Amino acid sequence: MAVGSLPIAYADDIPRLASGSRAWRKFARNPAALTGALILLVVVGAALSAPWITPHDPAKQSLIRRFTPPVWAPGGNAGYLLGTDQVGRDVLSRIIHGARISLLVGVLAVVISVLVGVTLGLISGFVGGRADTVIMTIVDITWSFPQILLALAFVAALGPSLVTVILVLGFTGWERYARVVRAEVLALREKDFIEAARAMGIGSARILVRHVLPNTFSSIVVLSTLQVAQAILQEAALSFLGVGSGRTYPTWGQMIALGRDFVSVAWWLPTFPGLAILATVLAINLVGDRLRDALDPRV
Amino acid sequence: MSAFLVRRLVRLAVVITGVSLVTFAILHASGDPVSLIMPEAPEADRAVLRRTLGLHDPLPVQFARFVGNAVTGNFGKSFFHHGQSASALVLERMPTTLMLTVFSMGVALAIALPVGIYSAVRRGRAVDQLATGTVFLGQSMPVFWTGIMLILLFSVQWRLLPVSGWESWAAVILPTATLSTFTAPLLLRIVRSSMLDVIGLDYVRTARAKGVSEWLVICRHALKNAALPLVTVTGLQFGLLLGGAVITETVFAVPGVGRLIVGAIRQLDFPVVQAGVFMLAMIVVSVNFLVDVLYLYLNPQIRVR
Repeated sequence: MAVGSLPIAYADDIPRLASGSRAWRKFARNPAALTGALILLVVVGAALSAPWITPHDPAKQSLIRRFTPPVWAPGGNAGYLLGTDQVGRDVLSRIIHGARISLLVGVLAVVISVLVGVTLGLISGFVGGRADTVIMTIVDITWSFPQILLALAFVAALGPSLVTVILVLGFTGWERYARVVRAEVLALREKDFIEAARAMGIGSARILVRHVLPNTFSSIVVLSTLQVAQAILQEAALSFLGVGSGRTYPTWGQMIALGRDFVSVAWWLPTFPGLAILATVLAINLVGDRLRDALDPRV
Repeated sequence: MSAFLVRRLVRLAVVITGVSLVTFAILHASGDPVSLIMPEAPEADRAVLRRTLGLHDPLPVQFARFVGNAVTGNFGKSFFHHGQSASALVLERMPTTLMLTVFSMGVALAIALPVGIYSAVRRGRAVDQLATGTVFLGQSMPVFWTGIMLILLFSVQWRLLPVSGWESWAAVILPTATLSTFTAPLLLRIVRSSMLDVIGLDYVRTARAKGVSEWLVICRHALKNAALPLVTVTGLQFGLLLGGAVITETVFAVPGVGRLIVGAIRQLDFPVVQAGVFMLAMIVVSVNFLVDVLYLYLNPQIRVR
C-alpha cells in the first residue's frame, strides 16, 4: 500500500472522534441506560457528600432506639427513615457511608486490574513468542481459581484491611483485560496502518502506545465498567464473610452479615443494604451494557 | 488430534503446577504466618509450629515438598478439628458441595434453556425484553443477600422451609434456589446469545425455506450448532459457580467445602484453607480440560488441525 502519513491519520484520529459523538447519541437514546446513569449519579453524589447529608452519625449508638422499624412500619420514627439496628444506629446513615467503601474499592480495584491486564495483554499480543506463552499460562492459572475464594484466602492471609481488599481484588481480576487486549492486538498487528507506521520507521513502543492502544480503548472501557459492578459485589461478599475492610467503617456487606442474625426480628436490617448493592450494581451493568452497544461500530 | 491432546496435557501439567504455587503462596503471603496464627504465643511455642510447618527450609525446598505432598493429597493436619488430616476434612464435604452445584446447575438449565431459546427466537419482543430484564436483575443481586431474602420469606414469614442445614430435602430447597438464581441468568444469557449467533445464518433460512417446521428448525438445526459455544462458555464459568456455592453454603450453614474453607479462613487454619482451595481449583481445572477435549470432539473444524 501507499506509505504516507494520510492513512495513519485516518485510521487513528478521524474515525475515533466521529464515533465519540455518535456513541453518545446512541447511548443517550436508551431509557434503561439513562436511568442507570441517573442512579449512579445519585450514589456517587451521596458517597461524596456523606458526612454532610446523613441525618445521624453512622456510629452513634442509642440503646433506647434499638430496632426502630422503618418510618412507614408500625412503631417507625420519622427521624430514622430506614429504621435502626441492634445497637440503635441509623440504617440510612450507615448505608450512605457504606457507598463510599463500595465505590472506592470498586474503582481502585479496577484501576489496578486494568493497568496490569492491559500491559500484559499488549506485551503478550505484540511481542508474542515466549512472553506470550508465559503470560497466557499465568492467565490460565488465575482462571483456575474461583476468584472469590482466592481473594478470601489472600485477604485473610495478608490481614483484612481496606488496602488489602483493593489490592487483592485488583490483582485477581486482571486476566480478562489481558485476554481481550491480546486478541485485539493480534488482529490489529496485521492492519495496514500499523504496517505503514512500521514502514515509516516508528519504534515498536511508540506504535504500541500511539497506534495500537487507542484502538483497544472501547473494549477496555466496557470491560472495566462491568468489572466495577463485579468488584462491588465481591467486596460485599468479602465483608459478608467477615474478611472485609475491617469493623471501623460501615460497609454494605458487613451490614447484611450483621442483619442476618436478626432477620427474624428486624427484616429491614439485611434488606436495605442489599437493595443499595442491587441498585448500584444494576445501574453500572445497565450503563456498561449500553456502552458496549454504543461503542461497537457494527451494531 | 493426538498432537492436540498431548499439547493440552502438557498445558494441564503446567497449570496444575501453577495452581500449587499460588496455593503454596497463601501460607507465605504474610511473610511470617506463625506470628499471624499465634500472635501472643511464647517464642518456644512458635518455634514448635515453625518446625511442624517446615518453615526453616529455603522456599524452593518448601515448595517442592508442598507439591510432592499435594500430589498425594497430603496438606498436613488441621490446627483445629482434633488435628484431622486437612484433605480428609475437605474430601468428606466434597459430595455435599458437588451436589449443591449440580442441583443448582440442573435447575438453572431447566429455566435457562427453554427461556433462552424462546427469547432468542422472539428477539426484541416482550418476552425477550422481560427475560433480559430479569437477567440484569439476577446478575446484580449479591448471592448471599438473595439467600437471606429467601430465608426472610420462606422461613421467617411463611415458616415453610428450614433456615439452615442439609439433612432433609426441605433443607436442600432454599440453598439450591439461591444458587440457581445466581446461575440461571448467566446461563440464560449464554443460551440466548449462542442461539442468536446461529439463528440468522443461511443454513437455518434454507431449512425454513425447505418447509421444515419451525420447531424442528430450532431444535435440530439451530440448537445443535448453538450447543458448542454453550458448553464451552458454561464450562469456563464453572469457577464462578463454585464461588457462588461457597457463599451459599455459608449463608445456609450447609456442611460443604465452602463453609469449611470460610470457617478455616476465619481461624487461620492454613492446612485446611490450602487443601480446600487446591481441590476446588482442581475441579475447575478438570472441567476446563474436559471442555477443551469435548470442544475438540464436537468441532470437526479443529479435528483437522
